[in-house]
Amino acid sequence: MSVDDALTRLAREESGHVLALLAGRLGDLDLADDAVQDALLEAVRTWPTQGVPDNPAAWLLTVARRKAYDRIRRTTSARRRTTAAAYDLVEAAEPAAGRGLVEEGAGRMEVADEHLRLVLLCCHPALNQDAQVALTLRLVGGLSTAEIAAAYVVPEATITQRVVRAKRKIRDAGIPLSIPDALADRVEALLTVLYLIFNEGYLSRSSPDLVRVDLADEAIRLTRLVRELLPDSAEVGGLLALELYQRARFATRVDGAGDLVLLERQDRTRWDREQIAEANRLLAAVLADGSAGTFRLQAVIAAQHANARTYADTDWPAIAAAYARLDEHTGSAVVRLNRAVAVAEADGPHAGLRLLETIEGLDDFYLLHATRAELLARAGEGEAARVAYTRARALTDNPAEQRHLDRRIAAQP
Amino acid sequence: MEYMFLINVDETQGPPGDPSSEGFEELMAGWFAYNQMLIDGGHWVSGASLQPSSTATVVHNGAVTDGPYVETKEQIGGFYVVKAKDLDEALELAAKLPAPGAVEVRPVMFRPDA
Repeated sequence: MSVDDALTRLAREESGHVLALLAGRLGDLDLADDAVQDALLEAVRTWPTQGVPDNPAAWLLTVARRKAYDRIRRTTSARRRTTAAAYDLVEAAEPAAGRGLVEEGAGRMEVADEHLRLVLLCCHPALNQDAQVALTLRLVGGLSTAEIAAAYVVPEATITQRVVRAKRKIRDAGIPLSIPDALADRVEALLTVLYLIFNEGYLSRSSPDLVRVDLADEAIRLTRLVRELLPDSAEVGGLLALELYQRARFATRVDGAGDLVLLERQDRTRWDREQIAEANRLLAAVLADGSAGTFRLQAVIAAQHANARTYADTDWPAIAAAYARLDEHTGSAVVRLNRAVAVAEADGPHAGLRLLETIEGLDDFYLLHATRAELLARAGEGEAARVAYTRARALTDNPAEQRHLDRRIAAQP
Repeated sequence: MEYMFLINVDETQGPPGDPSSEGFEELMAGWFAYNQMLIDGGHWVSGASLQPSSTATVVHNGAVTDGPYVETKEQIGGFYVVKAKDLDEALELAAKLPAPGAVEVRPVMFRPDA
């Protein structure tokens, strides 16, 4: 492994653990983060000449701890009385769990708990979602603010400000590093953040900029990490499966010209069979007890698509059934819209249209009208279809969608 | 840490706390139980319910006008200052308030008599 690879690995794979440990021991996220950043800079400075240490994780913990101590000493040097406290703090930061980082054994569980506290903190509901995303990528994922900014195509100052503001709120509002009793809700918030990150990569995949960190792959990496921290959470497994099913299709989602290729026309021989197989194993394991959650049900739907040999082989009744459960589980109008499409495939356009009639609150959503138009056209009601297409056309700003809808309007008898 | 709970009430729902209204005793029992819970748990610092915003007066740079400061449907109907070990504990306490509607939870920065 080159020194550059080792440095990237250090930031991505180890800095989250070390930060979690230090933050827990010092009770000061800001100080711990500064210390880890100092230590990473020292690695960048010294590794190219002195070589990569045998145990990079232990090296990072040791150096970060020293950097924290340096910082405490600097801020307290004017007040001799508190300097003694600084030594105590650093002693306290010399935990048994620190050895767990480098030695197998009992310490590992404690490291996992500290790490989970950090992940949950980054996704605390008292922080807004942009801040949750930025903090998770930066503190748990070990990405730099520059890398996050490039991935989201925003100025670096924007990300820096989000992180600074969020850390300030964590400190001033007293948001704790803790594992709450009501863990399920917090895990759901955490998984929502990870899926948000994944979709940012999924949707912007066509970008030719190879230097950009791939957010979909980062999200998968972080989901794997959370799965290690919460091995009993079926929803975490469900999200990982969902991400892998979608990741497996990436190569076929855009054509040579960069245009989106619909599922129906994707070259299924180029889907990543290994990722699909892993997702199948994961999903089978987390569905074993018969319970369901938002991410597991979405994974069930993705599994049907990923495992159908051809588009015509798609098991629409199974997909419609999974959507019915997801609809019941979420009560989301958008889910019901997708369910109506699956029902139309399974039971014909009239069944889909009946379900669309029950949707409330999406009157200004062009996809509702476009879907209704499509089903009306299939049901042979050209005039009603034209009206619905026209309504959809008026509600979208996307030029590609507008061209598509214009063609559909013209095609009605 | 200390946190202030700013309790917002929908004043269009009519004046609360009319002793002759139906369910008044149950309503008050909920608040008494909540106050006792704060005291027993060592969380109590202070708290009060306020007269409706129609009784408010604004003093702005010395000029006195009829209040409230901001005319909205939801107005502050009362407040608590509580001790909690962190935001999570404060949010748990806030979630137990017998009031319907939104509570804003703000960390106290400095209290001279603390």
